[in-house]
Amino acid sequence: MGYPHPSHPRETVLLSRYFGDAEARGYDGWIKRGGYQGLEKALGTSREQVIEEVKTSGIRGRGGAGFPAGMKWSFMPKERNGPHYLCCNADEGEPGTFKDREIMRWTPHALIEGCAIAAYAIQAEQVYIYIRGEFTEAIAIMQRAIDEARAKGVLGPNCMGRGPRIEVMIHRGAGAYICGEETALMNSIEGRRGNPRIRPPFPAQAGLWGRPTTINNVETLSAVPHIMVKGGAWYKGLSLSSPKSTGTKLFSVCGSIAKPGNYEVTMGFPLKDLLFDLAGGMKPGRRLKAVQPGGCSVPFITAQEAEGALLDYEGCVAAGTQLGSGGAIVYDDSVDIVYQVSRLARFYAHESCAQCTQCREGTAWTLRILQRILRGEGRMDDLGLLLDLGEQMTGKTICVLSDSCAVVVASAIQKFRPDFEAYVRSGRSGAAG
Amino acid sequence: MSHSGAGAQASGGAALPKVFEGQGRSELDAILEKYPNRQAALLPALWMVQRSHGWVSPEGIVETAETLDLTLAYVKGVATFYTMYRQHPVGRNFVAVCTTSPCSVCGAEAVVEALLKATGCGRVGETSPDGKWTVVETECLGACGFATPVLVNDDFIEGVTAESVPALLERYR
Repeated sequence: MGYPHPSHPRETVLLSRYFGDAEARGYDGWIKRGGYQGLEKALGTSREQVIEEVKTSGIRGRGGAGFPAGMKWSFMPKERNGPHYLCCNADEGEPGTFKDREIMRWTPHALIEGCAIAAYAIQAEQVYIYIRGEFTEAIAIMQRAIDEARAKGVLGPNCMGRGPRIEVMIHRGAGAYICGEETALMNSIEGRRGNPRIRPPFPAQAGLWGRPTTINNVETLSAVPHIMVKGGAWYKGLSLSSPKSTGTKLFSVCGSIAKPGNYEVTMGFPLKDLLFDLAGGMKPGRRLKAVQPGGCSVPFITAQEAEGALLDYEGCVAAGTQLGSGGAIVYDDSVDIVYQVSRLARFYAHESCAQCTQCREGTAWTLRILQRILRGEGRMDDLGLLLDLGEQMTGKTICVLSDSCAVVVASAIQKFRPDFEAYVRSGRSGAAG
Repeated sequence: MSHSGAGAQASGGAALPKVFEGQGRSELDAILEKYPNRQAALLPALWMVQRSHGWVSPEGIVETAETLDLTLAYVKGVATFYTMYRQHPVGRNFVAVCTTSPCSVCGAEAVVEALLKATGCGRVGETSPDGKWTVVETECLGACGFATPVLVNDDFIEGVTAESVPALLERYR
């Protein structure tokens, strides 16, 4: 339902090529479309070569952190003296982001193939795909595909009939944004509360049940078969800008936008063109006010700052924000930005796991102060108080949920201070109605 | 909370079925085979409790703790961490509406209002007097481009608007 829009000529469709093509969901349909060739090729080379190829591709983690995937794999011990694990992070919950769900709904075998290649490379026999509990349809589709892949011998005691044992299973989450943080995700698989763990040790040293573990995002793993088939150098060539940002990326566009949806472009694509060309621009009569290009946890930028921004890791930083997960939330001039910031603060306060004081108290107080401002009971000092509170929430906790809340609020106050001041003065929104 | 026996009273009289007996036991055993220890089966086990009882009932928590060799406090601690495990009995249809910013910008609050009105639920989180509906707000459902997504029981429904609410509910009456 709702998908897909036809590909735009300026998209580079690699992962999204078969979105909307129901036949691609089944094993036979997937084989007909060239499926599992990447896994065949990987099994025909050494695992060191697979890791080298992924390193060459330059692909960086698509979940939001942007850590080079090949390097992450190379941190796993070379000698295996007990189980290694691969976790696929399918706990997609960053507001503004809805790409992993589409990958799982339309091309489940692409993800299974990526999982199997990664499992081979890091010597993992067991793969856990951690899917958020709300994704009922994606879970059902993935489970069917896993069962099919096992029946066809792709998975099981001999991967593709000649490789090592590789088993894939789904671990269903139960409603906790924080479980998208990789160490919280591991705790959740172990049957614990989803509290992030202190690092070091890093997962490659001591992850699931204390064993070497790699955690990769759905989009990252789904790109791996293409890297195996066409080569790391080819993938690295897919960039319009920085050699540090390579390949294609799915951008989810939502909020105040004419044609919301997922658009796949090569790294370095102009943000402005994504919003105004591919996604159809603003609704009639509206002007762009603000955008968070990488999900709700990255700083707001203004329409002016968005003007020259390039969609890659470096380009977004240069524009004063981050690429994050690639979920662009668009706010037009009718949006009450103060209310939306308070809504995001409510999100962080709700999703804080509460183990670190700065986060548990900081997110809750940020919300209270913002709600006071919304009720017209704010003081001018409150804006300084929010910024000060944000500083106390930054760089002091086990994970970055607290930092995210702080940076979002701070960037909103910096960029849209008159909106906040209007509320403090009159208790009303200054937004264009 | 005490061990099984007292639990039934906590749920208002009607005895709840055992979750991990018969077919449930085989299902749990198959899950246990896939993990290196029993604790790891806790999330799947709690899902089974909820499927059977409609919520994570005290009886279900006791049975889970006994079956997986965990303490009651531990199981309760995990069950209360995750939003989707229901801490109270709910209406026959459980409706969760995303109202996080991307959906809020697209009018999610109006969808909530329409749902409350059409179901007769007084407020968010409450069950309608006829016991048929519970409507809750939820944080990001991960379908922001298809605002507003609504989860009705296990059905993930996209693009709900205030206007489409009556037709949507008709399917569950």
